[in-house]
Amino acid sequence: MNKEKIEQIISGHHCEASSLIQILLDIQSEFHWLSPEALELVGERLKIPASRIRHTATFYKAFSLVPKGRHEINVCMGTACHVRGAPRVLEVVQQITGIQPGETDIDMKFSLDTVNCLGCCALGPVMEIDEQHLGKLVPAKTAELLKHYE
Amino acid sequence: MSEVSLQIDGKEVAATDDMTVLDAARSAGISIPTICYHEKLKPFGGCRLCTVEAEASGRTSLVAACVYPVQQGLVVRTRSQKIDSIRKVLTEQLLAYAPESEVLQTLAKDYHADKDRFAKEPSFCILCGLCVRYCTEVKQKYAVGFVDRGPRREISFIPEIAARECWDCKECFPLCPTSALQAAYVLTKSLAPIASSERACTTMADTNSIREMNQTDASFAANDESKSKTLLKAIAEG
Amino acid sequence: MINSPAELEQFRQDILAKRSSEKARISVCAGAGCLATGARKVIDAFNAEIEKEGLESEVCVKGTGCPGFCERGPIVVIDPQQTCYLQVTPQDVPEIVAKTIQQKKVVERLLYCDTVKNEKSVREADIPFYKHQERNIIGNNIKIDPKCIDDYLALGGYSALTKTLFQMTPEEVVDEVKKSGLRGRGGGGFSTGIKWDAARKAPGDTKYVIVNADEGDPGAFMDRAVLEGNPHSILEGLIIGAYAIGSHEGYVYVRQEYPLALENVGVAIKQAQECGFLGRNILGSNFDFDIKVHRGAGAFVCGEETALLLSLEGKPGEPRSRPPYPATSGLWGKPTNINNVETWANVPLIVSNGADWYNQLGTARSKGTKIFSLVGKIKNTGLVEVPMGATLRDIIYKIGDGIPGGKKFKAIQTGGPAGGCIPEEHLDIPVDFDELIKVGAIMGSGGMIVMDEDTCMVDVARYFLNFLTQESCGKCSPCREGVKQMHRILTNITEGRGKEGDIELLEELAMSTGSASLCALGRSAANPVLSTLRYFRHEYETHIKEKRCPSYTCQGLVSYYIDSAKCGACRICERECSSQAVMGGKNLIHIVDQTKCNACGTCFEVCPTKFGAVIRISGEPAPARIPEEARIIVRQRYVPKKAKQAETAV
Repeated sequence: MNKEKIEQIISGHHCEASSLIQILLDIQSEFHWLSPEALELVGERLKIPASRIRHTATFYKAFSLVPKGRHEINVCMGTACHVRGAPRVLEVVQQITGIQPGETDIDMKFSLDTVNCLGCCALGPVMEIDEQHLGKLVPAKTAELLKHYE
Repeated sequence: MSEVSLQIDGKEVAATDDMTVLDAARSAGISIPTICYHEKLKPFGGCRLCTVEAEASGRTSLVAACVYPVQQGLVVRTRSQKIDSIRKVLTEQLLAYAPESEVLQTLAKDYHADKDRFAKEPSFCILCGLCVRYCTEVKQKYAVGFVDRGPRREISFIPEIAARECWDCKECFPLCPTSALQAAYVLTKSLAPIASSERACTTMADTNSIREMNQTDASFAANDESKSKTLLKAIAEG
Repeated sequence: MINSPAELEQFRQDILAKRSSEKARISVCAGAGCLATGARKVIDAFNAEIEKEGLESEVCVKGTGCPGFCERGPIVVIDPQQTCYLQVTPQDVPEIVAKTIQQKKVVERLLYCDTVKNEKSVREADIPFYKHQERNIIGNNIKIDPKCIDDYLALGGYSALTKTLFQMTPEEVVDEVKKSGLRGRGGGGFSTGIKWDAARKAPGDTKYVIVNADEGDPGAFMDRAVLEGNPHSILEGLIIGAYAIGSHEGYVYVRQEYPLALENVGVAIKQAQECGFLGRNILGSNFDFDIKVHRGAGAFVCGEETALLLSLEGKPGEPRSRPPYPATSGLWGKPTNINNVETWANVPLIVSNGADWYNQLGTARSKGTKIFSLVGKIKNTGLVEVPMGATLRDIIYKIGDGIPGGKKFKAIQTGGPAGGCIPEEHLDIPVDFDELIKVGAIMGSGGMIVMDEDTCMVDVARYFLNFLTQESCGKCSPCREGVKQMHRILTNITEGRGKEGDIELLEELAMSTGSASLCALGRSAANPVLSTLRYFRHEYETHIKEKRCPSYTCQGLVSYYIDSAKCGACRICERECSSQAVMGGKNLIHIVDQTKCNACGTCFEVCPTKFGAVIRISGEPAPARIPEEARIIVRQRYVPKKAKQAETAV
């Protein structure tokens, strides 16, 4: 954990308790997870009890309390993607990566999650890997795409 | 604070405008079932057992009596076919977690609820929040809180705080309508990191004395057979 | 810094004067959808080509907001002719520059072509998708680079603000909005003017105004397009609202899943501050107001007003009961007015054109236009803006061009997880707040998901309940438990474990969850179940009694097998199967290994039509495998006619 960077993020929000979620978002974005040490430091600086920090960190799905893999996969499960076959795409991703949504594989290569609508419905089914959108997916194409990630 | 007059189950009730429908009902001796309500705590509106019909300006809505503010001329009905159906289903849903809870068993009798309607749940906490809110609002120790959301919501102790504070407090124990709280605390206590100065000299004797303390704890908190069964089971598993 | 209305007008005229000398403008949609299909590369290609041809002084290239025809992106519009090209790739760019910019000719193959009438549309406004819309709000997107405030000013931007601050009192603004009949566009449909009035009259000096950009309904992305594409229209609406209510501090709450919207609204706020539309003494009016952006963190429930307020305060978004309403006690206990993105975007139009202009459009109780996201099984996926009162049939067929693949329409789902499915029999109802409720749906934020004969309606209900189990905050028992139980029953039904009494139990749970839940999420959670039961009860009964899925969607109830009489042993399904469940082989009739098959349906989709050998069944087991020896195909050796004659001759 890079303590200086976290202190920087906190002071960037003027140590305001109401900025808790914004601070945690910045830490998540920087380190790709919220470590116990980071949460403890935030609680100390903002003078917020640990139980509220924990509730906030587990309530909002943008936060991960476990480290993420090198490639973050988000499969869109919005309604439009769903009617176009997103569950089958998700199944293939699960088969190939060996993990379920919310998990990271043992080699820290892939982290998988589902997201409820990326807002690119014309491309459905869509998944996002490393913030890149990949659209018009079918199971076979999905399998092929995943092979290119190291 | 001004005077307000409302009607509950056909009875005229005098109240003040800072009261809730539940406050007004209790002051008039009218009973409305509650689980998550406690006089020392801010109303939560979570269990919804206190759902009543409230009619104002010609519109009727179903509201939680413990949080709904009184209004001049409000007409409240605390029982109806719909209200009873709601309370029956809610009780059945909660019984799936804690079938032996006295509070829930009383409700089951009153509303003809079937404790086997829904499949048994692995947890026995009904998430009324009494322990969390008591520790936050009254004790201000923040030793226990909620985590996650939706059906995955749980109560969780912060081990470091619990190890320090709960031993001498335990004031939330009698508030729990099921025995989940004590079990969660005991589990957490046995998982609590030992203070660094004690780390070096953890011996068999120390471990045994921790076990002894837990069992004393258990018998203190357990004042009936079912509760102690649950606790001891929790210790065994912890 | 602009210090007066007169200075603003001068500034605007200067911009317009500079622009009249430009000869051509190439607008490329740079909304999130088109960017995902390569719009950035198209923009770069245009810039490179313009530079190569030395045309910089004659043409400008802009990445703009989303015009809504998402199915056909990347979209390019060339002004002044308004020529519209669809599905443009970087490879098309040199031809476009040469033909359209230099030679003033049209590149036919990139135009919209009506496949039935075989007619091409050259101008954007002539394309049927756009022609049948009334694009008062979204129509400006293609004209604006969201990172350039000058574009907004060139279209008359911030003139509504000037009129508000210098020609109207706060009461007059509220009255105008009331008179317009504007109702909340986020789903509540509550009268915006009445809401503003309540906040204005609430006692206290500190008041807040908030833009709810937490667009959480899956399949809805209208707010994203407006926020990304024309952020100033929302800011202007917000400043006007702040003046009317008496607020000096505003927030834009944007879901973190919209990084481009966050970026563009941030740039817009900064530019507005630099120009003096935000900050102290706006345009010399003595009115102070500023805006902060706040990100959501992945919780659908935070679209609910009281949950959003808690999230702004840095807490978990657990709704609280009302009263008190946010108008009297909101953010930090102060009077607060929250409105949806599209609601705010309507405000400058109402102030500029007047309430009488605004309420001419629409129906008796639903005024103005509404942007819908038309998605799912539809040919023209995209954002559609129509006056309230347009029919579903017109939206689906005239604008959406109907269902792809020759499939039959089944239902259109409106209103997101709180909404309902509307079948064919109601397609002629006028779309407005009240009419949709009558047929068991709601307008919601504007998501419209089209479903066809291959969509299982029980699965649709299960899908929404699954969504709600993930998004329920868990505070109140009727929602937390009710949603979980309903989801469990629906899952059992779709997986072949449905039993007698399930439908009745669903209806009972729907009643308790719908009546006793704390907030709108719980109270509307049963709507997907109730509406699909209303129109498609027979599907539920088939799943329960016959363990059969009529649309072959529920994977646990469907099997695929290969008809040995039809299989041509082409090996395509063997290759495409992602579960290695097809036992293929050269000249061997293919077999689906039922132990490995997950019923994804890929083999069914890829089997060449000339064979049509893959059969799907539901409600009965797949036939037994043919024995190995029967798999061998003995092919007649193909001998060409000439060779055959030679053979026989020998």
